[in-house]
Amino acid sequence: MSIDTTAPAATTPSATNDPTAPTYDNRTAFADELIRLARTDERIVAVCNDSVGSSNLTAFRDEFPSRLINVGIAEQDMVGVGAGLASSGMIPFVCAAAPFLTGRSLEQVKADVAYSQHNVILCGMSPGMAYGELGPTHHSVEDLSWLRALPGLDIIVPADRLQTRQAVRAAVASPRPTFIRVGRHKVPDVTPEGTELVRGRFQQIRAGRDVTFIVTGTLVSRAIEAAAVLAESGIEARVLNASYIAPLDVEAIVAAARETSAIVTAEEANVAGGLGAAVASVVSQLEAGARVPLRILGLTEFAPTGSTDFLLNYFGLSSAHLVTAAREARAHA
Amino acid sequence: MLATDLEQVEVWRALRAQLEDASAADRDALLAEKARLTRRSIITMISTAGQGHVGGDLSVTDILTTLYAYTLRIDPANPTLAGRDRFILSKGHCAGALYTTLAHSGYFEPAELNTFMAPLSSLNGHPNRNKVPGVETNTGPLGHGLPVAVGQAMAAKLSKNDARIFVVMGDGEMQEGSNWEALMTASQYKLDNLVAIVDRNRLQQGGRTEDTNALDPLDERLASFGCEVRVIDGHSYAELVEAFAPSTTGKPVAIIANTVKGKGVSFIEDRVEWHHKVPSAEQVLLALQELS
Ligand SMILES: Cc1ncc(C[n+]2csc(CCOP(=O)(O)OP(=O)(O)O)c2C)c(N)n1
Ligand SMILES: [Mg+2]
Repeated sequence: MSIDTTAPAATTPSATNDPTAPTYDNRTAFADELIRLARTDERIVAVCNDSVGSSNLTAFRDEFPSRLINVGIAEQDMVGVGAGLASSGMIPFVCAAAPFLTGRSLEQVKADVAYSQHNVILCGMSPGMAYGELGPTHHSVEDLSWLRALPGLDIIVPADRLQTRQAVRAAVASPRPTFIRVGRHKVPDVTPEGTELVRGRFQQIRAGRDVTFIVTGTLVSRAIEAAAVLAESGIEARVLNASYIAPLDVEAIVAAARETSAIVTAEEANVAGGLGAAVASVVSQLEAGARVPLRILGLTEFAPTGSTDFLLNYFGLSSAHLVTAAREARAHA
Repeated sequence: MLATDLEQVEVWRALRAQLEDASAADRDALLAEKARLTRRSIITMISTAGQGHVGGDLSVTDILTTLYAYTLRIDPANPTLAGRDRFILSKGHCAGALYTTLAHSGYFEPAELNTFMAPLSSLNGHPNRNKVPGVETNTGPLGHGLPVAVGQAMAAKLSKNDARIFVVMGDGEMQEGSNWEALMTASQYKLDNLVAIVDRNRLQQGGRTEDTNALDPLDERLASFGCEVRVIDGHSYAELVEAFAPSTTGKPVAIIANTVKGKGVSFIEDRVEWHHKVPSAEQVLLALQELS
């Protein structure tokens, strides 16, 4: 079995702040990369919960019918089955809508994946508020908080198509217990050409010394837009894409605290225990001079009814909100 | 929280009175008419919202109509009345059918249905008890309703009231282990005031239940978990009314309601892709024609 971690080069336009840039559903890149790797690596199987369509696994099933295991609407069973497959040398991509994969099966993820260290690749499809009007039961905004508390589980939040492919490749190249948020809400390409996905590292998308945005997933393009607005008034914002939430890039956070005067975090997740909380736990333990002002943007309550875009705006996660937060944080410096 | 629509409650009361005095044939005709209006409203709502679960809404409509118009001992003007019968739609994705039924019963104004899934509407894609009167618990993730219903049935026993607790699960939903844990508890505690209804339309989101993770022999399985099992045509009002009668064995009642997903609209019936497809403007007209 050969594992090719390099090909193919997805189109990788450079970071954009063009709001009219085309946007993509990351599930497409996910399924495409999975199928490509499965052709040469028979260890790869997919496990799902009546979600062949919503996990974008129809083409995978058609090409590898015996390697698509649909347990039906039974997520706890699904994660346990994934652990069994992993413990026997397979590379299971366990795919389900993120709220049910994490919420319903949390104990299986804890005991059977993280604690047992079975190399299951948990693929949280349509995370954050991608399910908009279907409401809080279908939003996955607690996943980052819940899963951060599990030692030995990597958490990857790809920000675009390229990073989605890279995350799938990384999982196959070196399987380990991993959760990947596979976005459905369409996002533009944000990763500059040639940027690798390195375990435990953020990517710097834009350099700056005045303020730092540490953002993840759908918020990355919004932070890039915010940085462009701030630049017009002479404020140079550093933009860090937190594509790995665990392991955490402590070094990059410390550098941001030392080199810029304030930090703003933003995530399509609840602020209780998510990316912002992770950043805060690093910054707050620095020496007095390095403890910069911090603004943590995210959800604080169950969402009302609304579309994904409506709700992102409702919870203060637009680029305009990021601009305001950056100015406020700097004012406190 | 939405406000009660007292005028609509009067309409509901009048129908209830009519049904009580009606012959079996007249009763069935009245229920059929009510269900027809509910189905029309569901189609319109989903088309306006541009989202919804039309297949499962239409398969559960006759069950909901019979329960709310005829069986449940409730007072829509007083949705939190102590000792009321309770209903939980465990397959919460069919909120459209529940909202319509509740609105037609006066729990809130039917005009509110136009806001289904609109920004800040109380009518979220899955029911929320803190916003919609008549909703007993929030559902959406499958496999939650039955355990909650077991708790409510237990509470009724403990407080010595004669309330009965009705809950509807999808058949695909029965793949969730929590349902079977709940049935064991219900049987252990002899909850003969519990009525667990399976909307047996034989389809789930991505395929037929029997091709996905087979449920049959569902009747034997339910019986072996300690239920009094009733297998009925879930679109026959006469059979529904009879099946909703109290337990005769001291055991919890499980009803397998054989239904057709998409019932009432020919091109939606029994087609997996209509789990949550939205009808086009043209299809809406066709559907409303079939339901006229
Ligand atoms: C725990 C959980 N897993 C997955 C889903 C996604 N989902 C929504 S509806 C559905 C299919 C339900 O099928 P069934 O219970 O048969 O309902 P019906 O046919 O009446 O629509 C699925 C898988 C969910 N809502 N909850
Ligand atoms: Mg079904």
